[in-house]
Amino acid sequence: MAPLELERLYREEFGRIIAILIRLLGDFELAEEAAQDAFATAVEHWPREGTPRNPRAWIVGTARHKAIDRIRRESRFDHKREELLRETLLNNGAGDAMDSDSSVPDERLRLIFTCCHPALAVEAQIALSLRTLCGLTTEEIARAFLVPVATMAQRLVRARRKIIAARIPYEVPSDDILPERLEAVLAVVYLVFNEGYAATHGDSLVRADLCVEAVRLARILCELIPSSSEGRGLLALTLLHDARRDARISASGELVLLEDQDRTKWNRAQIQEGLELVDCALRDAPAGPYALQAAIAAVHSRASRPADTDWRQIAALYGYLMRLRPSPVVELNRAVAVAMAEGVERGLQLIEAIAARGELAEYYLLFAARGDLLRRLERWYEAAKDYRAALRLVTAEPERRFLARRLAEVQAHLRGGPG
Amino acid sequence: MQYMLLIYENEARKLSPAEQGQLMNEYMTFTQDIVKAGKFKAGDPLEPTSTATTVHVRNGKTVTTDGPFAETKEQLGGYYLVEAKDLDEAVAIAARIPAARTGSVEVRPIRKMNM
Repeated sequence: MAPLELERLYREEFGRIIAILIRLLGDFELAEEAAQDAFATAVEHWPREGTPRNPRAWIVGTARHKAIDRIRRESRFDHKREELLRETLLNNGAGDAMDSDSSVPDERLRLIFTCCHPALAVEAQIALSLRTLCGLTTEEIARAFLVPVATMAQRLVRARRKIIAARIPYEVPSDDILPERLEAVLAVVYLVFNEGYAATHGDSLVRADLCVEAVRLARILCELIPSSSEGRGLLALTLLHDARRDARISASGELVLLEDQDRTKWNRAQIQEGLELVDCALRDAPAGPYALQAAIAAVHSRASRPADTDWRQIAALYGYLMRLRPSPVVELNRAVAVAMAEGVERGLQLIEAIAARGELAEYYLLFAARGDLLRRLERWYEAAKDYRAALRLVTAEPERRFLARRLAEVQAHLRGGPG
Repeated sequence: MQYMLLIYENEARKLSPAEQGQLMNEYMTFTQDIVKAGKFKAGDPLEPTSTATTVHVRNGKTVTTDGPFAETKEQLGGYYLVEAKDLDEAVAIAARIPAARTGSVEVRPIRKMNM
């Protein structure tokens, strides 16, 4: 098996393998270490001895043996580990049955809910989900969230320790609490996607790898919980946004606005899948927030040119979203859609109303949006003020450069005449 | 597995005698329920922090100061030691403690020492 194929196996199978191992070994940390050891062994042995017929079963079996060895070594000093060893050896028979392809479909579901347990801090939930379900390395996750590797490693270790020490159960939540727990899981996936789609810090606006992982997680959830229409909504949302990835950044790494994007660069296959999912999710009345956001993305995706965009529908959808999940950010988005549908003045009024309440005073997009509308109205002085305010608050480099360019354009008008 | 449930409440809350009576009933009911279910290991209300004394021994000298360990907005007012199969069960028990509605309950696993 070529090294690239082993890496693909690692990425795609890590979640399943870890899930099975946790079930067998009853210990998150042990499962993680054992899986790593087994993959390291595979990297050494498979090129020489050839790929086993059932790679996943090989990894699981090898990992289990390594874990038992470790427990044996440590059990002389630790009664708890000795207990674990006895239980593990008892499971030996059951373990072989689990290695086959017909492995229990539940396992990854258990894993997702455990990783996203509310007793863990949200950043720990995100890190653990990416590590155990997507097989991202600690280094990759640290890079994605721009924290030192040691910090991320500690975060993961602490999270696993808490799962064990506090005995966070390794199970799918019971029906009565499943809906709220599922909401937490979807929120984690949404956060991961958000970070990938518009990274809050650093030079790269788009972290394609995070978007891909978020889509993967959303897909797993849809597969494992087909009854969840919000799961479908979230998958649709991520697919539709991610479909625009190649058009959002210019060759020189600059931000390209939606209205300026080369729509031939949009991934049509992904859009098609997203649109079907949106229709599906919207059929299940009442539509949830993810389905609504996906529907908004769908309206954009259906327009072959910016001028064809049905802004009225977008404004209406934001209206529904406001009723479901009222928030000043949603209100701001709606104001922008209204500006496009009913005229800039109308949109500006709505944004002024938000600002008058003192809301979003630290949110760079409030100033960027208002600045943009003022610019369209040729109110140069006020536009410049807003762009400067946005620049004080923006954190991502490509966005900062974009705003700086806008400010320069506006300032040129102030000096009398363009250019 | 055992968990310590630490009850934090604002001691300064003023309750009428009727409210106090009702609260006592709620605690009694809760305690009886978990005793019946075999979850109760121990539990007591504590006298208020005005009765607290904090002890340090430094350089062989015992120093006592009046008052709780730290001044906090909510104060430790009582505890339960319960048996639960996992964190979710412990949390469910903690959520039924009357103070959970007005104050906070910290849930901490007991570390089992092999003696």
